Amino acid sequence: MDYVPNTDAQRAEMLATIGIKDISELFQVVPEKARYPQLNLPPALSEAEMMAELRAMSEENADLEHYTSFLGAGAYNHFIPAVVDFVLSRSEFYTAYTPYQAEISQGWLQAIHEYQSMVRALTGMEVANASHYDGATATAEAVIMALNVTRHKKRKVLLSPTLHPQYRQVVRTYTQGDQVEVIDDVASCFDLPDIKAQIDDQTAILVWQNPDFLGHLYSPAEMRALADAAHAHGALFAVAADPVSLGLFTPPGAYDADIVTAEGQAAGNAISFGGPYLGIFAFKKKYVHKSSGRIVGATEDAQGRRGYVLTLSGREQHIRRERASSNICSNQALNALATAVYLAAMGKRGLRRVAELSYQKAHYAAKVLAERPGVEIATPDPFFLEFAVRLPKPAAQLNRFLWEEWGMIGGYDLEPEYPQLGHAMLLSFTELTERGEIDELVDAVDEFLSGERG
Amino acid sequence: MANYKFDAKAKYLDTHEWVRIEDGVAVMGVSDVAQDQLSDVVYVDLPAEGDSFKQKDTIAVVESVKSAEDVFAPISGKVIAANEALEGSPELVNQDPYGAGWFLKMEPADLSELDNLMDAEAYEKFVAEEV
Amino acid sequence: MTLDYANSYIYDLSEPGRIGVSLPPTDVPESDLPQGYLRTTLPLPEVAEVELVRHYVRLSQKNYSVDSGFYPLGSCTMKYNPKVNDQAAHLIGFARIHPLQPEETVQGAMALMYGLQQALAEISGFDAISLQPSAGAHGEFSGVLIMRKYQLDRGETQRNKIIVPDSAHGTNPASTAMSGLKAVTVPSDDRGNVDLEALRAALDDTVVGMMLTNPNTVGLFDEHVTEICDLVHSVGGLMYGDGANLNAVMGIAKMADLGFDVMHFNLHKTFSTPHGGGGPGSGPVGVTKALEPFLPGPIVGREETEEVEYHWVWPAKSIGRVKSFFGNFGVLVRAYTYISMLGAEGLLRTAENAVLNANYIQARLKNVYPVPFGDRFCMHEFVASGLLPGTKDLHTLDIAKRLIDYGFHPPTIYFPGIVHESIMIEPTETESKATLDAFSEAMIKIAQEAKENPELLHSAPHKAPVGRLDEVLAARRLELTSLPK
Repeated sequence: MDYVPNTDAQRAEMLATIGIKDISELFQVVPEKARYPQLNLPPALSEAEMMAELRAMSEENADLEHYTSFLGAGAYNHFIPAVVDFVLSRSEFYTAYTPYQAEISQGWLQAIHEYQSMVRALTGMEVANASHYDGATATAEAVIMALNVTRHKKRKVLLSPTLHPQYRQVVRTYTQGDQVEVIDDVASCFDLPDIKAQIDDQTAILVWQNPDFLGHLYSPAEMRALADAAHAHGALFAVAADPVSLGLFTPPGAYDADIVTAEGQAAGNAISFGGPYLGIFAFKKKYVHKSSGRIVGATEDAQGRRGYVLTLSGREQHIRRERASSNICSNQALNALATAVYLAAMGKRGLRRVAELSYQKAHYAAKVLAERPGVEIATPDPFFLEFAVRLPKPAAQLNRFLWEEWGMIGGYDLEPEYPQLGHAMLLSFTELTERGEIDELVDAVDEFLSGERG
Repeated sequence: MANYKFDAKAKYLDTHEWVRIEDGVAVMGVSDVAQDQLSDVVYVDLPAEGDSFKQKDTIAVVESVKSAEDVFAPISGKVIAANEALEGSPELVNQDPYGAGWFLKMEPADLSELDNLMDAEAYEKFVAEEV
Repeated sequence: MTLDYANSYIYDLSEPGRIGVSLPPTDVPESDLPQGYLRTTLPLPEVAEVELVRHYVRLSQKNYSVDSGFYPLGSCTMKYNPKVNDQAAHLIGFARIHPLQPEETVQGAMALMYGLQQALAEISGFDAISLQPSAGAHGEFSGVLIMRKYQLDRGETQRNKIIVPDSAHGTNPASTAMSGLKAVTVPSDDRGNVDLEALRAALDDTVVGMMLTNPNTVGLFDEHVTEICDLVHSVGGLMYGDGANLNAVMGIAKMADLGFDVMHFNLHKTFSTPHGGGGPGSGPVGVTKALEPFLPGPIVGREETEEVEYHWVWPAKSIGRVKSFFGNFGVLVRAYTYISMLGAEGLLRTAENAVLNANYIQARLKNVYPVPFGDRFCMHEFVASGLLPGTKDLHTLDIAKRLIDYGFHPPTIYFPGIVHESIMIEPTETESKATLDAFSEAMIKIAQEAKENPELLHSAPHKAPVGRLDEVLAARRLELTSLPK
């Protein structure tokens, strides 16, 4: 198979126009010893054979349609209304390129502008960009932006110990070429005063996750105190948020965050084995010239008709090259569109309802699990839709038991990254979790704790 | 050649920055030629007060919608003020490059560096030949 | 009055109290919400599903796409996106699996990723692949970090420079700077190749490596690629291959055989995954054996004992994780589908026809538009100039905007900067001769209009939803959001 429409006869005409006899003449410039190598690939498949193979591969996976799962930890199984997929499947959207030619890209440009508006509404910030790759890279870009805002005079980056462990890893990857000290001491999980004491004049940024990796919600007053502590030392304060939680809880703009990053997957994007996801990135307008990623602005044509264009390109790599605010070019536009459609479909009432339902399921689960002897909820109140639970036996054993005996996918094993929590596991619940699944989990835990197994 | 304006009191770098000494303070910006070549300025990225630069260091970046160009320090010194009006009104650089569109005030480190620069007459000649 | 959907902003359609979805009642006893934590306002729009659908359908109708017409955007490889790819990515067993599931519950997904790693390794000649990077620039950044860490690991701490040709994409120097290294630019010679003398002068023991796009951004295969690789290697540097233009050389040459040590792939260009209005892309990175320990992790490993098992593997000296989880999996599924359906022969025919199509347009246009390197065969794209003889005050922008009136997406313009008023045309292999002819004829007609009626070009486009938009106003006004008061 190939997707070449021209016939041999047409190719012959084209070769004649070019003035050559054979296509191979076009490739004489390629060093002869490397030219036309053998490609040892499996035989080409027809469409029917291909789909049969893919279906078989996909059926080897335990998908969330057929299996109960309590995994969250940065990727969430929320409901996605059919209208989201309908809009994404408009090929005017999904087969377009970046809207550089504004006159024939008004659909995309307005859709991104609306996305920016809705992210502003959600986060309480003043400006949002058109997206980063995911929540982790958005957070790393927040760190780089803070280093730029503070003109590379500050060398210390403070990360909350309960910032998603993978986000912390990505921040370290992104900053390995800078002379920057990244501090994310996991020993002091919930100790706010301890963190505040670490902020000094060398600190460029403090990044806090709310709700944090263990599900805990910090109060607006606690968050504002962190913001104030950062600002007192000329540091920026960034919050890694959950877009669904913002349907219900105080947005970071209200407690003086400078930057908000979030994994947008939860809001309208398929869980899809980890990607493609959406890096939401919002900030105070005064930092717009130091920000990274595409931004759409409103303007007019010569007749005064309203229209939208990519703006502030002077920050970007195609113009500023080695002095650009980031190297980002391709982003996650289609995922941003998914989130825009999701937010518009949900509206203020729907998103609040999704957040409330998720909260209720998680709190019911916490209540019934805490009644089990030897089981403790390790995440302090209040929490949103997930919590750490401490067990008398290793979490890995429970997970294996749940899968092998109950056909259930358990939670995220916290022991490798948070050993101070003991045998702990992170359990996640959404509006799609049914009470029956929670009750079944409790029965399974009972059996695990009482039985010989494990 | 367009009808460029020149400030007789200023001295110039061949990269089109000007500097003028006013009561011992060096005021700097970009020339009329520079603003014309940049077209519509949309943002000027200025350094913080207190930062020091050597002559010909990159001291600022000026952005139009299609370009971002380095601006070089006409003399060495410490920044004592940045033109805050450019934040909200970058078009001042186009409208009044030697006046309201100034970039920075600096405490000069070595006034003898002015001798390396072109005066208005020499700069005008340079522009006529090179631009 | 009828609603003006075509010109409505999403908030214009909002009515208090509306909701566009149905959600279930709760089936668990309710707990109290924490007082003092709740937000008081949430200014999201409130729209009905029908209005939402009409709004986005109308928006989509104001947008050009590959599915609506020819998109000869140089450097972007806007080929047709086969529909089976999307069907594959939507399979429940791919679209609805959690990235943190135990390995034994996602063996099918891991097998697919492993298969793609193998296929990309075979196509490029490299020994190992990481699928993690989310886009070309992300792959570049990973590749530069790999080169940096390799040099540090062997004690070459004095190395801090990356050589980048003047024709390179802006992402090359930007990725270099993000890695804490310094980009050193080398010029091109008068045949569009890297200037070897300038390269020799730039090489010393402070060089980490060189980034080379080959074919380059002028659409030319560098005539000295072997020599360039040898020169860089001779001072202990590494060769980075920017895979942006791989569509021209799949099956024609393996990048590793040419002398490259590391490269990234753009699955959203070469392997037909849709561009999605700017993303998601996917930018896997491939390396030689010596660089394998430095790849971003985790990657998929295969073990065969009694049966085949796939595992997550962390390369021993990894630069670390470049994103959460494993890569843009949905994009990987599409690329795997494409490669599996084409096979070795299909990939070769793809590259050959991409190059043939570009040379055909070049041949048709080179007597009308200046083509600075028109004496050479181009690869999958070529660069012309909008400096038409016999016109004045006419710019490439005017030609591009006039093409819109003829129903075509304009080519890439003003890049690369080494050609004045450049027009970069990349037709791809998926376009028919009829389309190439129609485009060529439109270009020839526009060249004629430029002489006879330049105003027609200056005021173009005439057949778009809006005229040329004021970009200066946008940048000065900075209306980046629009919420109701």
